[in-house]
Amino acid sequence: MSSTTATRTANTPQANAYAAGKLPKNSTLYVLLASWIVTGAVFLVLQLSGTTSGFNIVGTIFFGTVLYCIAIYALSYAVEGARRAKDRLVTSLVTAAFVIALLPLISLVFTTVVNGLPAFLTPTFFTESQRNVVGAGGGALHAIMGTLEITGVATLISVPIGLLAAVYLTEYGRGRLAQAITFFVDVMTGIPSIVAGLFSFAFFSLLFHDAGIRFGFGGAVALSVLMIPVVVRSSEEMLKLVPNELREAAYALGVPKWLTILKVVLPTSIAGIVTGIMISISRVIGETAPLLIISGFTASMNYDLFSQRMMTLPVFVYTQYANQGTDTQAYLDRAWAGALTLVLIVMLLNGLARLIARIFSPKLGR
Amino acid sequence: MTSVVARDRIRAPQRPGDVIFSTATVVAGSLILAVLAAVAGFLLIQSLPAFVATPADFSGGFTNFWAYVWPLAFGTLWSALLAMIIAIPLAIGIALFISHYAPRRIAQGLGYVIDLLAAVPSVVFGLWGIGVLAPLVQPFYANLVDWFGWFPLFAGPVSGTGRTILTVAIVLAVMVLPIITALCREIFLQTPVLYEEASLALGATRWEMISMAVLPFGRSGIISASMLGLGRALGETMAVAMVLSPSPTVLFQLLTSQNPTTIAANIALNFPEAHGVGVNILLATGLVLFVITLGVNMIARYIINRRKAFSGAN
Repeated sequence: MSSTTATRTANTPQANAYAAGKLPKNSTLYVLLASWIVTGAVFLVLQLSGTTSGFNIVGTIFFGTVLYCIAIYALSYAVEGARRAKDRLVTSLVTAAFVIALLPLISLVFTTVVNGLPAFLTPTFFTESQRNVVGAGGGALHAIMGTLEITGVATLISVPIGLLAAVYLTEYGRGRLAQAITFFVDVMTGIPSIVAGLFSFAFFSLLFHDAGIRFGFGGAVALSVLMIPVVVRSSEEMLKLVPNELREAAYALGVPKWLTILKVVLPTSIAGIVTGIMISISRVIGETAPLLIISGFTASMNYDLFSQRMMTLPVFVYTQYANQGTDTQAYLDRAWAGALTLVLIVMLLNGLARLIARIFSPKLGR
Repeated sequence: MTSVVARDRIRAPQRPGDVIFSTATVVAGSLILAVLAAVAGFLLIQSLPAFVATPADFSGGFTNFWAYVWPLAFGTLWSALLAMIIAIPLAIGIALFISHYAPRRIAQGLGYVIDLLAAVPSVVFGLWGIGVLAPLVQPFYANLVDWFGWFPLFAGPVSGTGRTILTVAIVLAVMVLPIITALCREIFLQTPVLYEEASLALGATRWEMISMAVLPFGRSGIISASMLGLGRALGETMAVAMVLSPSPTVLFQLLTSQNPTTIAANIALNFPEAHGVGVNILLATGLVLFVITLGVNMIARYIINRRKAFSGAN
């Protein structure tokens, strides 16, 4: 190896010793563009020969990227050796994975906004319910109110229980009980949302001897079953990240354990915990299946969590799609507008989570 | 002498605050166990009539409950498996891209985008699956059947609408991607910086640093994240209910219009109109779904427990 380098430098005295055995600086970009142009040319030939109708832009990008991965690996292998070549291959694969995943997500947001805006911008969408509405018109106020109430109650139930359980697991829990709780919290994160709804239905229909029970509070209970393990898991992860040195320093100063947890451990991890809670809220706010089962659907306003069916936004979207009337477009428009509202609420929650995380997080040297 | 010393060992004083706080945490923790027991218990009680139901109670000409639930259970596992095959490699790649490849300045923004999409409701994915994805992939499916029809999974005849189990698997994969990615990213970012710098200082390339320092550190995190993703894929209801055109059969073919549906989707489609024993039958299928997810999670948990993660708290 060293002898070849030596001969190379001897043959070409002007060459930069530090750049020897490396690809030029912007070579990745050029190789990528070249691969796209080559595949583009192939698809152009295919189009001109009449094999495909129209220029296949998705195919060009996709196969061009595949070609790029092969080309950069081969080039780098020849110039830089196997290790660098592998590094470059992984870099391009990882970047490609990100781009591939972004495409459906961009498409989803774009479609929701484009299809949702017409009904979303009608003045009645936020001021009226669907009561006595056939065809176009009406709004989703009943669904928005229902979603806010049910999710709010679910959060009030879940956060204290989840946070305390997480504290138990990280700070107190040793032995059998802690093992069992850790294990079953994991099991609960895997509970399908619809099973939570079925549980709530089974429980309350036995409790009230009503075989067709539908009410809002049942939905809140179902959502709590889904939300508690998420809160526990995310809070536990965050509490575990608090360095033991901080706890030991507090104990050494004579601080009681519960105050150590409240004043040292929780403030250190509060940003992560709040972010986790916000994300768990935005996760359950879009749950459709459990609410479809226990809260049902209705076209009218209902502020009372404890009696009668209660509409929620996700169920609103689903029923508008599933039970299209004669004026199909009006129902589809409302479904997409409901979807847009949901996405906006989720965005708002996430933005809020970021803000809180930024304000309250302790400044660490990361 | 030694026994006296042992008896006089200094104990931390038990203050009222300590007692109240620790009791509260124990109660909260135990409540979770109680809820899980209640889920299993109440579902079981309400399911009992389904196991003795007569053939007249089942739609679709099934003679007993197990014959009714088997195709549904198969569809659930099959669609989730397909989704995970697509999602896990992609998710790890994306997480690595955000945590270790993207420029620091935009990495946070990219993470924010992924977080945002982790919470896109399943109905929205359902609408998107029917409205955008199915028409988009249908011509591709037709080509696939033409060229690779000899391969059993791609056997024809191709579905005319694109609403097949492969489309469902793609939608499910897109749905679980953000969840797996968000968790993996957090784990990867927690790799001790010293490990990374040490391996780079030893002359490792970026990939070698990742494979030697980041991935071993994040392994249990990756499994745990995949588990969460699998949980969502198994129990995902609305996207499947809306996208799939179901038929109660056991079929491995990915691209035909005959597709096994999932337990969850079947419940969602039939529950609002169910009455009498029909409700109990659907609750019993829900119990089966619960048992399946329980089993999957237990296996995953066993894998994680074999390799314990270390952290500041233990």
